[in-house]
Amino acid sequence: MASAQHPLLEVNPPLVQGPQSYHAITEAVAEITENKTPRRWYILVSITGSITLMLVMMLSYLVARGIGVWGNNSPVFWAWDITNFVFWIGIGHAGTLISAILFLFRQKWRTSINRSAEAMTLFAVACAMIFPLFHTGRPWRALYWLGPLPNTDIVMWQNFRSPLMWDVFAVSTYATVSAIFWYVGLVPDLATLRDRATGLRQKVFHVASLGWRGSARHWRHYEMAYLILAAISTPLVLSVHTIVSMDFATSIVPGWHTTIFPPYFVAGAIFSGFACVLTLLIIARWSLHLEHLITLKHLENMNKVILVTGWIVGLAYGTEFFIAWYSGNPYEKFAFINRAFGPYAWAYWTMISCNVISPNFFWFKKLRNSIPVMFVLSLVVNVGMWFERFVIIATSLHRDFLPSSWGYFRPTYVDMCTFAGTIGLFLTLFLLFCRFLPIIAIGEVKGVLADQRNPGHGIVATSKVVDPTFEPVAMAPHGGGH
Amino acid sequence: MSKLIQINPTHTGPQYWRSLGELYNKPEFRDWVDTEFAGGAAETMDKGSRRNVLKLMAASFGLAGLTACRRPEEKILPHAKGLEGFIPGKAEHYASSFTLAGVSHGILVETHDGRPTKIEGNEKHPTSFGSASALAQASVLGMYDPDRSKSVLAKGKPTSWKAFTDAGLSLGQGEGLAILSETNNSPSLTAMKQFVMGKFPKARWVEFEPVNAGNSTAGAALAFGPGVDAHPQFDKAKVILSLDYDFLGIDAPSTLPTRQFATGRRIGEHAESMNRLYITEGQFSLTGAMADHRLRMRLSEVRSFAMQLGEALGVLPTGLNILGNTDKKTKFLNALVKDLKANQGAAVVVAGPRQPAVVHGIAHLINQSLAAPVLYTKSAVGGEDPIAGMKALAEDMTKGAVSTLVILGGNPVFTAPADVHFSEALAKVKTSIHLGLELDETAKAATWHVPQAHALESWGDGRAVDGTVTIQQPLIEPLYGGKSAIELLAILSGAPSVKGYDIVRGYWLAAFTGDKEAAWRTALHDGIVAGSASAEVKPGVDAGRIRAAAQNEPKASGAGIEISFYPSATCFDGRYANNGWMQECPDPMTKIIWGNAALVSPKTARDKGLADNDLVKVTVGSGSITIPVRIQPGLADNALWLNLGYGRQTIGRVGESVGYNTYPLRTTAGFWFAEGGTVEKTGEVFPVATTQEHHRMEEPQLAIGTPVTRPIVREATLEEYKKNPKFAEEMVEHPPLVSLYGDWAYDKGFQWGMAIDLNACTGCNACIIACQSENNIPIVGKDQVMRGREMHWIRMDRYYTGTDDDPQAVTQPVTCMQCENAPCENVCPVAATVHSPEGLNDMAYNRCVGTRYCANNCPYKVRRFNFLNWHKNITEVEKMVHNPDVSVRMRGVMEKCTYCVQRISQAKIQLKADARRAGKQVELKDGLIQTACQQTCPAEAIAFGNILDPESKVSKMKKQERNYAMLAELNVKPRTTYLAKLRNPNPELA
Repeated sequence: MASAQHPLLEVNPPLVQGPQSYHAITEAVAEITENKTPRRWYILVSITGSITLMLVMMLSYLVARGIGVWGNNSPVFWAWDITNFVFWIGIGHAGTLISAILFLFRQKWRTSINRSAEAMTLFAVACAMIFPLFHTGRPWRALYWLGPLPNTDIVMWQNFRSPLMWDVFAVSTYATVSAIFWYVGLVPDLATLRDRATGLRQKVFHVASLGWRGSARHWRHYEMAYLILAAISTPLVLSVHTIVSMDFATSIVPGWHTTIFPPYFVAGAIFSGFACVLTLLIIARWSLHLEHLITLKHLENMNKVILVTGWIVGLAYGTEFFIAWYSGNPYEKFAFINRAFGPYAWAYWTMISCNVISPNFFWFKKLRNSIPVMFVLSLVVNVGMWFERFVIIATSLHRDFLPSSWGYFRPTYVDMCTFAGTIGLFLTLFLLFCRFLPIIAIGEVKGVLADQRNPGHGIVATSKVVDPTFEPVAMAPHGGGH
Repeated sequence: MSKLIQINPTHTGPQYWRSLGELYNKPEFRDWVDTEFAGGAAETMDKGSRRNVLKLMAASFGLAGLTACRRPEEKILPHAKGLEGFIPGKAEHYASSFTLAGVSHGILVETHDGRPTKIEGNEKHPTSFGSASALAQASVLGMYDPDRSKSVLAKGKPTSWKAFTDAGLSLGQGEGLAILSETNNSPSLTAMKQFVMGKFPKARWVEFEPVNAGNSTAGAALAFGPGVDAHPQFDKAKVILSLDYDFLGIDAPSTLPTRQFATGRRIGEHAESMNRLYITEGQFSLTGAMADHRLRMRLSEVRSFAMQLGEALGVLPTGLNILGNTDKKTKFLNALVKDLKANQGAAVVVAGPRQPAVVHGIAHLINQSLAAPVLYTKSAVGGEDPIAGMKALAEDMTKGAVSTLVILGGNPVFTAPADVHFSEALAKVKTSIHLGLELDETAKAATWHVPQAHALESWGDGRAVDGTVTIQQPLIEPLYGGKSAIELLAILSGAPSVKGYDIVRGYWLAAFTGDKEAAWRTALHDGIVAGSASAEVKPGVDAGRIRAAAQNEPKASGAGIEISFYPSATCFDGRYANNGWMQECPDPMTKIIWGNAALVSPKTARDKGLADNDLVKVTVGSGSITIPVRIQPGLADNALWLNLGYGRQTIGRVGESVGYNTYPLRTTAGFWFAEGGTVEKTGEVFPVATTQEHHRMEEPQLAIGTPVTRPIVREATLEEYKKNPKFAEEMVEHPPLVSLYGDWAYDKGFQWGMAIDLNACTGCNACIIACQSENNIPIVGKDQVMRGREMHWIRMDRYYTGTDDDPQAVTQPVTCMQCENAPCENVCPVAATVHSPEGLNDMAYNRCVGTRYCANNCPYKVRRFNFLNWHKNITEVEKMVHNPDVSVRMRGVMEKCTYCVQRISQAKIQLKADARRAGKQVELKDGLIQTACQQTCPAEAIAFGNILDPESKVSKMKKQERNYAMLAELNVKPRTTYLAKLRNPNPELA
């Protein structure tokens, strides 16, 4: 390409705006962890920390008294507990998708958001894992009986036909791989922080960065490891929520017993995950002054993903209704009519408005680029996705086969405080992350900067892994504190 | 030598406890305990203080220690005193008697190591034949009620029995002495009565019962003269007309009518005939639900209907004061008259206890003209009018003519008609002595209260409806040192040391002829006194007297709202208010638990602008009460139904302030119903808890889609059934059912299965209490039931069909179906619910972590989860009612019906041992193993057994063409199947 200004740049603006030097990027990201802790951080952490403490109290109360402190009943044996579980697991999906799948697809715009998205994944999975454990009647037993260890208490293996058992494996694998993936990605940046730090900080980062020196060998191994982990993570994006959806799909409950669930759940997970990343990044880029790294283009791309997955979710809702009618199964048919017009119609129409109607604003470029609009919509989508899980779980259960056993679920304050508590935990972890770790992958952004400087190589199809020119260019910034 | 060896081996634990027990049993010591602790124990009703908790703990430990030494002192058979052959841990059964409202029932009490735990019917008894009502079964819990009266009270202050016997009542010739008893059906009490009356000739004896058969006694006297009882033989009747008589429900004097009715309704393997039931009633009763034709009317209109029927049948003269007709009524009446006439000799008319004597008289008159299958016997109990007796007594008390009143059981302060002002009258009596199980309203008002021994703690006897006498054997020493009515009478007559045992035994030894001792032992063992049934008589009906009474009978005014009363199916007249099992046992039709409501028809509710849970002020005459409303389909319009027994204020931790007291509206004139009432909304609401809403099998009409009637309870008319016997199975078409995991054969050994005949089931709730008692099912309380967390392993579903105003209803007992292809099993991650080789869906409680996935995936929703620790507030005394063969489940664990697996295991162990001893193959006789629900079912609707045995009852039932599996289309292969319900409508009324 001969021209100085690549024609695609008009469509795709540069991913790094503002100061274009490696050093400036390092400064911008590393400074956040090095400056004096701002007061507002303390204020925020004290608020979210208090909410987290409330979670601890609620869970202690739950364990002390029993599941009855929640609103769960017969026939709605699962309610907010599993709703929250699926909700948080879904949130996590965006992180893995951005880190792994977009990485494999060479979507360079992911570089400035992948770190925080991955962190979000981990924190969301942590929140999610609370529920399968604590929603059991006897969590002290569930804790080890659900592990695949033969033991003297149950004198036999677990029931591998149960989707809950599959869940244990799916979620624990997901949590492990996500953590490793995130940590491996962090290593070069931890080394950067180490090189800039003194005293105790230096010692901590020294250990944490695993002796990273930024040599070509290191980079070669690192790139290979990252690629492999990305490849391992990719199927997990699909598998985890597929298996979570099987908790419902393999049952015989009308409204649960449907084969569409795996793709529908995965799309929904990505939908909610992106919305959640969006919410957090809009706050982070504004409060930490990272507008030049997390640009409008990043945000717009995420909005497009939300629009697409929103439509997939909408299509799934429609398909469910069609199949309920087409199957000729009266119980199935009633379950769906009841979902939309029964006692829980309010929840259903909240879900439809949030998930199917609201993303359509993103058809318009102007709205897609408006920070206030996308901030509000990202919240609306997450509300909608929480309701989607609630609608699936509670409305299917509350009226199933025998009308004599129909019921209605009302949450208690413990339900509400527990859910609020997990939000507090999530935000606390995220705030700690923002304060102590580089929230943007410094090394990767620098790689994008390199491409930007040599547009002939970059924007369209290059990759730092396969491009032989990449390594020497990208290596330079990582030697140490520029 | 080490110190250990120096310990004196005689000072071991068991001896210490045994000697404590002996110490406790000495009367002086017991008196000391009474004065020392019992007052404190009574204080536990005021919840909460630390002192109370500590005291209760202390009392609990004391009682726990006593449990081992509470075998009765006197000889009761089959055990001798030494309990020779007694195997610890093995249940023993004793025959005894349960008495309610003057009628005794033969029961068999299961005891474990001296603790009675469960009541079943006595198979040898002619009116219980092995079944027991819900109330009879729940009475065992009442004995362990920790709120029972524990000590003698003098003006409300705890004192001792000695203080009472030493009080020195000067009764003289019995001037001013009145004894108020509950309905007396006991020969030994009658003997004591005669003895006391002989000693105090000027005393008076009054019997009062809030739920009594006064009207039917008076009706029989009107028709035949005094001393005749009529027993309709429902099994021999082809056509039955009930005039407001819920003989399958709460009005039933025993479980016999249900058994007889079910016999007449049973359809065998091929289409045969079955009986046809007509009913006119105001309330929607269980009998109404079973009826083929039901005409709803206000209770005050029933007598007019009876007269009209009498006219049409030609037994009454025309020109009686009869209300106008509606088309429906005329049609009903015409068809009914034809049907009754066509079934001469096999048609019977019965009238209920709420209807005045004249209606009973007309029924007797019609029955004689139809040569109805009715057995007439000499009356076993006295024929005094209980209401008039109570009224006269209260008047005399008010006048000051009664100086000493002895109340032998019952709670008249709470239950007496409002217009006799009993509590004011009682205040005028100088000395009042109340014998009662509870510290109830009367105990608080009387100057003396003495604790009564429970029927399971004391000797007695009683007559069943047919006159058969059963000796009431105690199963345990009185827990709180109570005395029975006969013992109290002995004290009053100056013989405080005479024991109930001596009185009862003495009476019967005198009554028996021949080998008296053998006769006594046989009577105890069998639970019946041979040959004690009342003699059959052939009375002639006095038509003239009935005609005259009919002519004098005033016409219903039709004014205002009609207020009617009926005994609660759960609290009865209030005596079960502190019984948790009954409070949590849903009303058979309304499904209301832990409370009551004023029931109104949908039309009345529309007219008066009432909605469910609205608190209303109900006024009739000078009385008024506030009570929430419940709209109940199928009631008579312009009528309001109140059940008795709720709203007790002075009672105990379970029943206090549960529901609303309706007695203030009940007067001597409007004892069962009163016209001219009014209903006003107060603007407040009070939530009424139910276990089931007004669900139909038809889906509710939502914004789109056509509601489908779900084939849950499958029903057809007899005609339809004859045309297509397999209608039930054909109600659902489904694709071939294939399983992913492959099927088990289940073709060896025992394969357990159950069949439930919906045509026989009346929905009486006896199975619910049987299951609760057998399987240690906890109660959870109103708040938890409102959250949908009740724990019953067997529930009674009730569905309506037809219009709201005039529906039909069906009941369906639902237990775990023990699906061969159980959807709960494959979803459990820890394999806590798995299948046994005998086809049972077993729960391993120890393995359960409580994910609740199994319950979500159960299409029958029969799994119950321990959301909280339901046993947290259970006292040590109440724990004694637990069946030691069944584990008590902790919180966080799922549970459900097991087909009474403990009974199966016990029988199998016994069979194996017997077979080994005899060197034979194990052979299971069908019927040897009975589930608790099956055992007690008065309608014999439930069969259980080995489905591989073609000769077993369950196999034969499953072979019937009416057999269907509910939700079979889900391929769950339930082991419990249902036999479809049939109705036998009159083609003329179709």
